[in-house]
Amino acid sequence: MSEISEKSRLRTENLNLYYGSRHALKDITMEIPSRAITAIIGPSGCGKSSLLRVFNRMNDLIPEARVEGNVYLDKISVYGEETDAVALRKKVGMVFQKPNPFPMSIFDNVVIGPRRHGVKHRDELESIAENCLRRVALWEDVKDNLRQSALNLPLGTQQQLCIARTLAIEPEVILMDESCSALDPESTMRVEELMTELAQSYTIMIVTHSMEQAARVSDMSAFMMIDDEKIGRLVEYGTTEQIFSTPKDKRTEDYITGRYG
Amino acid sequence: MKDFKEKLSGRIFFVLALSSISVLALITVFILIKGTPLIAEVGLKDFIFGMTWAPGRGEFGIFPMIAGSVSVTFGAAVIGVPIGICCSIFLAEFAPAWLSKIFRPVIQLLAGIPSVVYGFWGMIFVVPLIRDYLGGPGLSILAGSIILAIMILPTVISISEVSILALPRQYKEGALALGMTHWQAIYSVVLPSAKSGIVASVVLGIGRAVGETMAVIMVLGNAVALPESILDPVRTLTTNIGIEMGYAEGAHEQALFATGIVLFVVIMIINGLAQYITRDKNKGRR
Ligand SMILES: Nc1ncnc2c1ncn2[C@@H]1O[C@H](COP(=O)(O)OP(=O)(O)O)[C@@H](O)[C@H]1O
Ligand SMILES: [Mg+2]
Repeated sequence: MSEISEKSRLRTENLNLYYGSRHALKDITMEIPSRAITAIIGPSGCGKSSLLRVFNRMNDLIPEARVEGNVYLDKISVYGEETDAVALRKKVGMVFQKPNPFPMSIFDNVVIGPRRHGVKHRDELESIAENCLRRVALWEDVKDNLRQSALNLPLGTQQQLCIARTLAIEPEVILMDESCSALDPESTMRVEELMTELAQSYTIMIVTHSMEQAARVSDMSAFMMIDDEKIGRLVEYGTTEQIFSTPKDKRTEDYITGRYG
Repeated sequence: MKDFKEKLSGRIFFVLALSSISVLALITVFILIKGTPLIAEVGLKDFIFGMTWAPGRGEFGIFPMIAGSVSVTFGAAVIGVPIGICCSIFLAEFAPAWLSKIFRPVIQLLAGIPSVVYGFWGMIFVVPLIRDYLGGPGLSILAGSIILAIMILPTVISISEVSILALPRQYKEGALALGMTHWQAIYSVVLPSAKSGIVASVVLGIGRAVGETMAVIMVLGNAVALPESILDPVRTLTTNIGIEMGYAEGAHEQALFATGIVLFVVIMIINGLAQYITRDKNKGRR
C-alpha cells in the first residue's frame, strides 16, 4: 500500500455526511490512488452517490447536507475555509448517471466549459473540441455535424459527449456515477474502454451496480453497505483483485457472490 | 341504469363544450358580417394604411391607431419583459423558499386586479409625474407603456418561472459540475434551455397588452394622430372601439367592427405564435 499512498490524489479522513438529521455516511477513511480506476460498489441506497458527490462538493446544492471530517485533493482541503467549490469542480469533473447533454449543438456542448473559463478564440475552441471528441472516439462520427443538436444523438453517444465535455475543462479527477447504467451493452463497452484509456492520465472514481464492470475495469474496489442503523459504511477497500478473489469481510463475499442484494 | 347515467353525463358535457365553441363561432361570424362590408367598400389597403379617421366625413383610416397599438405594446414589452424575466430568474433560482411562497400569490393577485384600477392609478399617479418631470400632456405612450408593463408582469413572470423550474435538474447540475458559477450556469445553460417557455411568456404578455382597453383609455389621451415622441398621446385599436362604440351607427359602427377584425387577426397571430413556440419538440430527447 505504501506506493499507492505516495501517489494518492484523493483522501478522506473520518468523513461523515448528514442530510439534515439523516446520517448517511459514517467514518469513511480512504485513499484513492491517482492514474487508476477506483470502483465503489454496494447495494442501492448505501451512499455511493453521496460519497462520490462529496469529492466535487455537489452536495453543496442540497441545503440540508452537512459534511464532517476531512477530504483532501492532494494538499487542498476540499471542505476547507478558503477552498472555492467552483474552482474545485474545474479539477474534479463529474459524469452523471443519465447522459445530460445541454440542449444545444454538439460543438457548444463540448466547449461550453472552456468558454466560460475564458477561452475566446474560435480556433482554440475548435481545437479543444476536436481534441476532446477524438479522446472519446467520437470525432469521426460527429465531425460533419458539429452544429446539430446534441439531443438527437443516441444515448451512448450522448454519454461519450458528456465525457468529452468533462475532459474539455482539463480536470485532474473524473467522477462517474453509474455512467453506463442507461446505456446498451455495446455503448457500455465503448465507455469502459474509454475509462481504461483515461485512467492513464486521470484519477477516476466510478460508482457501479455491476460487479462485472467493477471487476473488468477497476484497479481498486470499495465495498459499501448500510449498517444496522441504516448508515452507509465502508466495509472493505482494497485492490480489485483482492476484493474479488479473497474478500476479508463476510458481507463483501456475500455481495460479490450474489448472495445479497 | 348506470350505463344510461354514464351516457347521459357524457352527452351533457359534450353539449356544454359544443355551446361554448359555438358562442365563439357566433361572435366571430357576427364581427365578420358587420365589419367586412366596410373593409370591402373602403378597400383593405386604404382601411389599414389610411391616415385619416373622420367617421363624420366617411373617412376610415386606422393607421394612426395601428401605430398607437404597436408603439404602446412595444414600450410595454421594453419595460416589462426584462423586469419580468429577471423576477422569474430570481424566484426560480435565488429566492429562498419562504420568499417565493410570499411572492407567487402576490404576483397572481397582480393579475386579478381589474384593469380599470390600473388605469385609475396611472391617471392620478403616472400621468402627472410624466407631465411634471418630462413635459407634454402626461397622457402619453410612455404612461400607457408603464401601465401595460405592470399588467403583463404576472404573465411573463409565472410562465417563465414555470418553464425554468420544469427543466431537468441534470442541466444545472451538469453546468455546475463543469466548474461554472451559479450565474454562469443560469445564463449559459438554464436560460437557453428554458428559451421556448420564456419566449412564449413574452408573446402571451404582448398579446395581453395588445388587447387591453380600459386601462389604456384612461392614460393614453386617445388622440388620433401619428405620435412623434413617447410623450405624445395616441389611440390604440382597442381604445378606438371602446370610446366610439357607444354612439356609432351605420358605416361608423361597421368601421369599428372592422377595427375589431384587424385586432382579432393580430391576436390570433400572436397566440398562434405562442402555440408554435411551445409546441412539443421533444422527439429527439430521451
Ligand atoms: N438529497 C437527499 N436528502 C435526504 N436524503 C438523501 C438525499 N440524497 C440521498 N439521501 C439518502 O442517503 C442515502 C444514500 O443515498 P445515495 O447516496 O443516493 O445511495 P446510492 O447511490 O448508493 O444508491 C439514501 O438512504 C438516501 O435516502
Ligand atoms: Mg446512486
